[in-house]
Amino acid sequence: MAAVYQSEASPLYQYVLGLGDDALVLGQRWCEWLSKGPNLELDIASSNLALDLLGQAELLLGYAAEVEGKGRTADDLAYLRDAHDFRNHWLVEQPNDNWGVSIARMLMFSLYQYHRLEALTKSRDTFLSEFASKALKEVTYHRRFSAEWTIRLGQGTEESSRRVQKGFNDLWRFVPELFETIESEHALAEEGVAVASVDLRGSWEADLDQVLEQAGLVKPEGTGRLMGSRHNGHHSEHLGMLLCELQYLQRAYPSSAGANW
Amino acid sequence: MSKTTDWDLYEVFVRSKRGLSHKHVGSVHAADGRMAIENARDLYTRRSEGESVWVIPAKQIIASDPAEGDALFGPASEKVYRHPTFYDIPDEVGKM
Repeated sequence: MAAVYQSEASPLYQYVLGLGDDALVLGQRWCEWLSKGPNLELDIASSNLALDLLGQAELLLGYAAEVEGKGRTADDLAYLRDAHDFRNHWLVEQPNDNWGVSIARMLMFSLYQYHRLEALTKSRDTFLSEFASKALKEVTYHRRFSAEWTIRLGQGTEESSRRVQKGFNDLWRFVPELFETIESEHALAEEGVAVASVDLRGSWEADLDQVLEQAGLVKPEGTGRLMGSRHNGHHSEHLGMLLCELQYLQRAYPSSAGANW
Repeated sequence: MSKTTDWDLYEVFVRSKRGLSHKHVGSVHAADGRMAIENARDLYTRRSEGESVWVIPAKQIIASDPAEGDALFGPASEKVYRHPTFYDIPDEVGKM
């Protein structure tokens, strides 16, 4: 299995790119709620979540570009790569569908991101430890926001409970990938630079159990297996559509052709 | 933007920094108090406007009746002597 994930790019570049793409893609998903939120207050809340994540993506992709050392910028990485060059998890690229699904996804991802960042605050890589300390504050709020909403929907009406439960059920098959740890990530973890995702599962499960219990929701069962790996550039069909919107302006009016904004 | 009719209106007060008092900044709709805090945080503190937020259900506020405005507040306007403007302030005191 491990032989599948062969890349000539530096392990640190691949790792940081994965972190950055997660933030960028999920940030774009939250952007999609703009003007479509359940109400005006949540419209703004969505844009705040989106801006937090886009800010994280900018820092991470900027660092990835620096590590790569080929003169690319954060913008180049965000706007000029195709889907098969993205390294985000499949969970974050899944469509919003409805508020219940967005909240279920945000809770699962924020809990994951929280534990990942908490471990990264102790990274021997100065950028990663400083970044993690900053982003941890934002993610602590994301965790609170999505937990509150999970409980509210779970304890709300029959319909709200059904929708958020369906969100967890439908997205559950993307959970194992969050904790899949490839060889290069293990190696970075041993150097004290990264954190091996597989080690985060225990605390993630404990946190999730607690929220689901308060919400009166059922934790889905079973493990899914995806038809490919992000490490090889495999994604669900949804990422391409998301990138069409995200990259439209740069693709239609390239700054390399003189467009300036 | 549907169904906000069954959400309550909350008045929002923000304290800009320690030592100052909370000031009324606006209102939000929310289904419960915690949601009101989160909505207020997202609406009124995104540009570092504050470090503490109060929310109060709008229906809990007891307000004076505008129709009684004259009776309640009119008389004070004729009592200029209540303003401390008739004293000579020594120069040493400086600006008050």
